Amino acid sequence: MHSKAPANLPSKTPKVTLSARDLIKVYQAGTVEIRALDGVDLDLYEDELVVLVGPSGSGKSTLLNILGGLDAPTSGQVFFRGQQLDLENDAIITEYRRKHVGFVFQFYNLIASLTAQENVALVTEIAEAPLTPTEALSLVGLGDRLNAFPAELSGGEQQRVAIARAIAKQPDLLLCDEPTGALDSKTGILVLAALEQVNRELGTTTALITHNRSISGMADRVFRFGDGRIVETSINAARVPVDELVW
Amino acid sequence: MHPLNRKIFRDLKRLRGQAFAIAMIVASGIGVLVMSLSAMQALTDTTQAYYERYQFADVFAVTKRTPMHVVRELEGIDGVRTIEPRIVQYATIDVESFPEPIAGSFVSIPENHPPRLNQLALRAGRMPLDTEPDEILINEPFAEAHALAPGDTIEALLNGRKRVLNIVGLALSPEFVYAIGPGTLMPDAARYGVVWMGQKALAAAYDLDHAFNNAAFSLWPGSPIASVLRSIDDILEKYGGIGAIARDDQISNWFVMNEIEQLKSIASIMPPIFLAVAAFLTNMVLARLVYIERAEIGLLKAFGYTDVTMAWHYIKFVLIICAAGVIIGWGLGYWLGHWMTTMYADLFRFPLLVFAPRYDIYVLSATISIGAALIGAIGAVRFAASLPPAEAMRPPSPPAFRHHSSLLAGLVEHLDQPTRIIFRQVFRRPLRTLLTSLGVSASVAVLVASLQWLDAIDYMIEDYFTNQQRQDITISLVEAANTDVVNDLARLPGIQAVEPHRAVAARLHFGPRYRREAVIGLPQNGELEVLHDVHGSRVPLPGNGLLVSSAMADILGAGVGDAVIVEVLEGRRPIVAIEVAAIFETLIGTPVYMEFEALNRTLNEPERTNLLVAVFDERQQQHLYETIKELPTVAGVVLKRAAIDLFDQTIGETMLIMIFFYVAFASTLAFGVLYNNMRISLSERGRELATLRVLGFTNAEIAYMLFGEAAVLTLIGLPLGCLLGWLLAVFMAQGFNTELFRIPVVIEASTYGYSMLVVLTSAFASALLVERRLVRLNLISVLKTRE
Ligand SMILES: Nc1ncnc2c1ncn2[C@@H]1O[C@H](COP(=O)(O)OP(=O)(O)OP(=O)(O)O)[C@@H](O)[C@H]1O
Ligand SMILES: [Mg+2]
Repeated sequence: MHSKAPANLPSKTPKVTLSARDLIKVYQAGTVEIRALDGVDLDLYEDELVVLVGPSGSGKSTLLNILGGLDAPTSGQVFFRGQQLDLENDAIITEYRRKHVGFVFQFYNLIASLTAQENVALVTEIAEAPLTPTEALSLVGLGDRLNAFPAELSGGEQQRVAIARAIAKQPDLLLCDEPTGALDSKTGILVLAALEQVNRELGTTTALITHNRSISGMADRVFRFGDGRIVETSINAARVPVDELVW
Repeated sequence: MHPLNRKIFRDLKRLRGQAFAIAMIVASGIGVLVMSLSAMQALTDTTQAYYERYQFADVFAVTKRTPMHVVRELEGIDGVRTIEPRIVQYATIDVESFPEPIAGSFVSIPENHPPRLNQLALRAGRMPLDTEPDEILINEPFAEAHALAPGDTIEALLNGRKRVLNIVGLALSPEFVYAIGPGTLMPDAARYGVVWMGQKALAAAYDLDHAFNNAAFSLWPGSPIASVLRSIDDILEKYGGIGAIARDDQISNWFVMNEIEQLKSIASIMPPIFLAVAAFLTNMVLARLVYIERAEIGLLKAFGYTDVTMAWHYIKFVLIICAAGVIIGWGLGYWLGHWMTTMYADLFRFPLLVFAPRYDIYVLSATISIGAALIGAIGAVRFAASLPPAEAMRPPSPPAFRHHSSLLAGLVEHLDQPTRIIFRQVFRRPLRTLLTSLGVSASVAVLVASLQWLDAIDYMIEDYFTNQQRQDITISLVEAANTDVVNDLARLPGIQAVEPHRAVAARLHFGPRYRREAVIGLPQNGELEVLHDVHGSRVPLPGNGLLVSSAMADILGAGVGDAVIVEVLEGRRPIVAIEVAAIFETLIGTPVYMEFEALNRTLNEPERTNLLVAVFDERQQQHLYETIKELPTVAGVVLKRAAIDLFDQTIGETMLIMIFFYVAFASTLAFGVLYNNMRISLSERGRELATLRVLGFTNAEIAYMLFGEAAVLTLIGLPLGCLLGWLLAVFMAQGFNTELFRIPVVIEASTYGYSMLVVLTSAFASALLVERRLVRLNLISVLKTRE
């Protein structure tokens, strides 16, 4: 068991990677207004791994998308390392995603025409201080499947390629929306282990959405969502190693 | 409405851009088909109606002087129904407001009754009175060109005597639908006029009382034309007959029939290209639609919808697109057909115009295009029908890509990832890549093949008027004269050089084949008419024997060294065997040349000329024209500059309009192919591109990946299209080749350039349209779902 600069240690003053203030996202569905986010305040610290849980439709994905610069809030601000992000400016947020953010989704979204290695190289080619594709793939345990096309990989392997692709540029922020959602528990564990290892070894701030409460144990902090708000924040005194998680 | 039908309309609305592009390509194909078929039919119907109503003759014979009583003998020929004896003479006309001399055909008409054959359509005024020998009719286009009306007068040199003639009416005749003057290549209403005069008046002018020099015949249906021609020739030979010809060889009719043939070849070449591309696009779009909807198809089948219902569902989708194209194409084709027919009515002068396209043209065109679209739909429809419900519900795994062979792998090594994506997309579906590139190249080819007409015409003008004909003016004499006239002519104002030529009407025989053609005698060291072959190299004139154009050699089946029997049809009418000394290739006509002196020796008429070619000083031309107009021995004058201008004008104008349409059609083709390709790529790869945006790629970078594929396909298509365009041009030139013209296949580099530029412009336009969708790509919704 180990714990490395978690946010709950007051002895150190950890740096804030990302903060959100009073985020509101309203969807207009016909005459009905859906408040997907209803005033969310949040700080994510360097090196920490947080898990977002909550019922379906509570606004988890909406928040993650806004934090990652895929979507703009109806109101509210997002600060990256203290600098406010202009989420309406396509050029700025493209640059933000390109330099600082890594994404992992439920559906792996690999480029079918590129091999595993090439899928990773896709990102390293446009990054500033990337890992090599081989390093990134080795990190997720796929050092021996470099030249496989997505069609030749299992679901779990595809997801690990997606993680390698997300972390290869050494992002400041790794956002994962139900990365194990399409996987069985054994494969899911492999994928989570990869994420945890990346967080530990590269110190990447990681936010992970899951429906599986037992996964929360691996986090430094857990945010519980309800009706567009964070209804509860709990701090784990210690992170449970992935292979000890009860699925 | 049944929900499935509502789905068709939603799909159509969603895919409206693609459906519209396909419909427009169908419309282009149908448009060209309906245009050429309906113009062809209008031309056929109009000609037929005109010929029938105005008794166009079946056979024509030219003689020198035949006594009237021979008519009875001619009437006795088996198969001859009617004979119209008349006088036809060439003479120069002088219209006061027009400086140049004008060539005229003077044709006699009976005084007291309408001609039995080649009747006139009186367009204005009245017929000449038999008591007034100076009253004439002139042909309408000639009158229009000079703003002449009944009541005006023209002057003419009839048999050396200047006459002032009173125009009393304007007319058209089936004999002069295509009114082309002697020695010219196309109708020039300002420089060639047809004049009808009373029989007695014209006979008096040419000392042909109780005689005729030209006869028109009509035959009983089913008469053996060859034997009738032979019988006529037998009778007329002693009166200076130069051989009767059938209607098929009558110059005006020949041109009309030739035009109909060309329309037929347009109808058979262009539409199939468009319909084939439409079929391919239908296939591509439908295949994608069925693939996206395979889960729905499976679901519907699980609910109990039959395979046939599902197949019919997608067939309806195709039929609606096709029907839209057909209807637009019908409208376009009707309108273009009408325009083209009016254009013909301008070129060919008809007193009546029948433009009533039969419904079968429309039925035929619709059947063909719907057939083509259905063939295109077969694959996708069969896929939809054969999808088992369970299979359809299974989510697809990522599309498989092949590993490269080591050679390609080495190549790919050097590419960045986005370029690799393009590269692999292109190679993943080689057939689709090939067909798309072929579609692009088809539009380049259509452009090259249509734009090349301008090159061909330029080349022909250059070849004929600049390289061969160095003279400014060609003067034909009424009768062969001693070469002393060269000196007389040289003394005329402004004349700088003169050469005597000789043209002799003859019939050339080789074995069973024969052909009428003038044998032209050129001086050995002539500088004003320089012969060269199609490749531009000078052809020396043999001292003895015939120099035969390859077109004529083909007609006769004769080769170098063969002795051709030359039956001279004038003067002492000698029949001599002359060896073919050389054969050369020409673009225009089927000429036969001989050295001037050698020809005259053959004729036993030394130093005679009837064709003078000259170069003159342009500053003196006014004066020169005035003088020539007064020369009694001149039968006609052809000015080179006027001929070139006319060539440019007549062909250039119509050609430009046609080219405008082909450019529009070809752009539609390129647009349709590329737009559909990009939209389908976007649909197949939208998710991938959204992912790349999420990874931080800019809009420009993903545009590169999407449009890169289309760009590669276009770049493959461009050179391929140039090659296909060249082949198409060769093929079309063969279809358009006639005895009069051989269309040279010369394609300027700029023609290839313009063709590719037009297609590139289309490509950019379609990319711009798709780019709008690319920018609107919704990152979140794409990532939320499985494909
Ligand atoms: N494009 C949209 N238009 C309208 N409403 C939307 C849209 N996207 C999300 N919503 C709504 O916003 C709310 C929050 O959605 P969100 O996807 O953030 O939920 P979630 O917590 O991620 O749920 P899940 O656990 O099912 O993924 C939901 O009520 C959803 O219906
Ligand atoms: Mg979600």
